[in-house]
Amino acid sequence: MSESSSGTAASAPAAAGGANKTAADARFLRIENLVKEFDSVVAVDKVSIDIRKGEIFALLGSSGCGKSTLLRMLAGFETPTSGRILLDGRDIAQIPPYERPINMMFQSYALFPHLSVWDNVAFGLRRAGLPKDQVADQVEKMLGLVQLKQFAKRKPHQLSGGQQQRVALARSLAKRPQLLLLDEPLGALDKKLRERTQLELVGIIESVGVTCVMVTHDQEEAMTMASRIAIMSEGRILQIGAPAEIYETPNCRFVADFIGNVNLFKGKVVEDAADHVIVDTPECRHYVGHGITGTEGMEVSVAIRPEKIRITRERPGGAHDGFNCVEAEVADLAYLGSYTIYHLKLATGLLVKASIASVERLPDWQPTWGDKVFASWDEYAMVVLTQ
Amino acid sequence: MNKLLARLMPNNPGRAVVIGVPYLWLVLFFLLPFLIVLKISVSEMNVGQPPFKPLTEMVDNFLNIRVYLGNFISLFDVANDDLYARTYLSSLKYAAWTTIFCLVIGFPFAYFMARARPTIRPALLMLVMMPFWTSFLLRVYAWKAILTTNGVFNQILIGLGIIGEPLHMLHTPFSLMIGMVYVYLPFMILPLYANLVKLDGRLLEAAADLGATPWQRFWLVTVPLSKSGIIAGSMLVFIPCVGEFVIPELLGGPETLMIGRVLWDELFSNNDWPRAAAVAVVTILLIIVPLAIFNKYQAESQGERT
Ligand SMILES: Nc1ncnc2c1ncn2[C@@H]1O[C@H](COP(=O)(O)OP(=O)(O)OP(=O)(O)O)[C@@H](O)[C@H]1O
Ligand SMILES: [Mg+2]
Repeated sequence: MSESSSGTAASAPAAAGGANKTAADARFLRIENLVKEFDSVVAVDKVSIDIRKGEIFALLGSSGCGKSTLLRMLAGFETPTSGRILLDGRDIAQIPPYERPINMMFQSYALFPHLSVWDNVAFGLRRAGLPKDQVADQVEKMLGLVQLKQFAKRKPHQLSGGQQQRVALARSLAKRPQLLLLDEPLGALDKKLRERTQLELVGIIESVGVTCVMVTHDQEEAMTMASRIAIMSEGRILQIGAPAEIYETPNCRFVADFIGNVNLFKGKVVEDAADHVIVDTPECRHYVGHGITGTEGMEVSVAIRPEKIRITRERPGGAHDGFNCVEAEVADLAYLGSYTIYHLKLATGLLVKASIASVERLPDWQPTWGDKVFASWDEYAMVVLTQ
Repeated sequence: MNKLLARLMPNNPGRAVVIGVPYLWLVLFFLLPFLIVLKISVSEMNVGQPPFKPLTEMVDNFLNIRVYLGNFISLFDVANDDLYARTYLSSLKYAAWTTIFCLVIGFPFAYFMARARPTIRPALLMLVMMPFWTSFLLRVYAWKAILTTNGVFNQILIGLGIIGEPLHMLHTPFSLMIGMVYVYLPFMILPLYANLVKLDGRLLEAAADLGATPWQRFWLVTVPLSKSGIIAGSMLVFIPCVGEFVIPELLGGPETLMIGRVLWDELFSNNDWPRAAAVAVVTILLIIVPLAIFNKYQAESQGERT
C-alpha cells in the first residue's frame, strides 16, 4: 500500500488517483497517540488506530477498559489529554460536538422522551436548518429504512426495546454522518433479539455505506458485525485485526484468553529453528510448525483452542511422534448439542478444555467420566505467545 | 359511590386506614371549614353575635332558606365600587410577577445546583433551606430595615456615591416584590432542583451530537423535560402569593392592593363577616382553576411515564 498521499485525495473523483485514494481511504479516521486521563486514572493510553472508509470497526474489551471514553473523544464529549484525531485528513480536536460530521448512537439510546419517534429522527435535521419538506423526506426515508413508519407518532416509551434501538439508529443516521459511533448498540436487548438484530444492523449500516466505529464487550457481537476488531485492555490497544486473525493468531496471552476459550501451557523454548520451534512444558513437548521471534531458553506460553484438540483412546502415532500429546483423565463433560466440552485432567493437575463437534449422531466411542484418554493436536494448531 | 368505597375499602383493612387518615384530615380541616365559610358568605350581615344572620328560618310552618347573593354581587359590581375587582386583578398581577421573577432567578439556581458535584449538593440544598430556620416575620421585618429611607441599602448607595438623596423604596411595589420573591424563592427552587437533578445528561449529549447548540439544548431538551418542575414550582409560589397578607402589610404601600389586606379589613375593621367570607370564596375559586389545570397535566405526565 502506498504511503504517499495528499489530504484531498479522498474527495477527488475515484478515477483521479487510485493509489492516493485508497491510501487516504485506509486512514479515513486516524487516531494518533490518543491519551485521556481522569485525575489520576489513565482511561485511554496512547491509542493509535487507522480506520478505513466504509468499514465497521469494533472496539472490544472488558468493562472499564476505556472503550466508551475513546468513543466519546471521537464524538467530542471528552477532550483528549494529548494526541490527535483526524477525520478525512482534518484535525477535529477543536470542533465542538454539535459541529462534527459524526453522530453517535448512545449506550441506552438516549431518545428524547418528550418527542415522538418522528420528531426524534427529525431533531438533527432541523438543527441543520433543512427546509421542512427535505426534513420530512429524510425522516420518512430513515423510518422506512428501520421499518418503523407505522410508529412515527408514538413516544419512545410506547416502543419495545428493539424498536427503540432502531429509532436511535435512524436518528443517528438521519444527518448522513461521515462517521457513525455505536456504544454498545445491542447492550439493552435480550440474547435472542440481539442475534437477530446484529445482522440487521450490519445490513442497514452497509446499505447506507457509513464508516462505523462500535464499542462492545461481547466478542460474538464484535466478530459478527465488524470487519476489524481492536482488543482493548486498561486503556491500551493490544491487537487490531480481522476477527479470524485475532482468533487464530492472538499476539498475547490476554487476547488469546479474552477471545474464546484457550488452553495455555507455560514453558521454555528448547529449539528455535526458522520453520519450527520446540517448547518444553511440564506436561509435554510441543512441536510448533512455525518460527517465532524469540530465542532458545525464553519463557513462553503455548496456546491451543479447545476445538483443535483431538481425544483418542490410543496414543496416536504420526510425523511428530512423542510431541503434542498428553495422557489425561476425563474430569468432566458437558453436552451442548452441537458440541461437547471435555475437561481433561493431566498428571500435573492442569485442566485442559477440549470441545468435540457432534459430527456423528451415534459415534462408536465417546469418552466419559473417568476414562483414561490421550489428547493430541497438530503442529499448526498452536500459537506461541511471548507476552 | 360504590366504586369509591371499593377503592377506599380494599380487602386489606390496614390499607384502608392508611388511606383514610389523610382523607379524614382533609375533610375535617379543609372541607368542613370551607363549607362553613361558604355558608357565611351567602348570609346577611348582622350587627351583634353572631355577626351574620342564619340561613334558615321558620315562618308560619314554612322552612325558609334564604341564600343571600348580595355579598358576591357587590364584589363584582364594578360600576358601583371597583375596589374588589381592582384588588383581585392586582393580587393576580403581583402573584404572577412574583412567580415570573422566582422562575427566572430560581431556574439557573436550581440548574447549577443540580449540575454541581454530588458531594456539595446537600450543602447547597441546605443553603437554600436556611432562611426557613428563622421566623418568617423576622425576615420580612429585616427587609423593612434594609429598605427604609435611612436604611442599610440607601446608606450603602449614598456611601458609594451612586445617589445623593435617599430613595423612597419601602411601601412601594418594588419593596413588595423584593419581599415576595425573597420569601417564595425556595418554593420555586426546591421542586425545580428535584426535577433537574433527575435530568439525564446523556439526553443533552445526544442533542449536542445531533447539532444542537448549548442554547438550543436548553430550550429543546432541558426546559421541556423540566416542565413538571416548572409547573410545580410556579403553583407553589403563585397560589399562596395571591392570598398573601403579611408581606403586603409590612412591605407594601397604599398602591399595592392585595386581596389579603382587603379581607383583613372587611373582617376586623368593618366586622363584615359575610363579605369577608365571599372575598375568601372568590379567592379560592381563582386559585382552584390553575390548580385544576396543574392536576390534569400531572395526571397526563404520570400516564406518560408508565
Ligand atoms: N468522567 C470520568 N471521570 C473519572 N473517571 C472516569 C470518567 N469516565 C470514565 N472514567 C474512568 O475511565 C475508565 C474507562 O471508562 P469507560 O467508561 O471508558 O469504560 P468502558 O470500557 O466503556 O466500560 P463499560 O464496558 O463498563 O462501559 C474507568 O476506569 C472509569 O472509571
Ligand atoms: Mg461504556
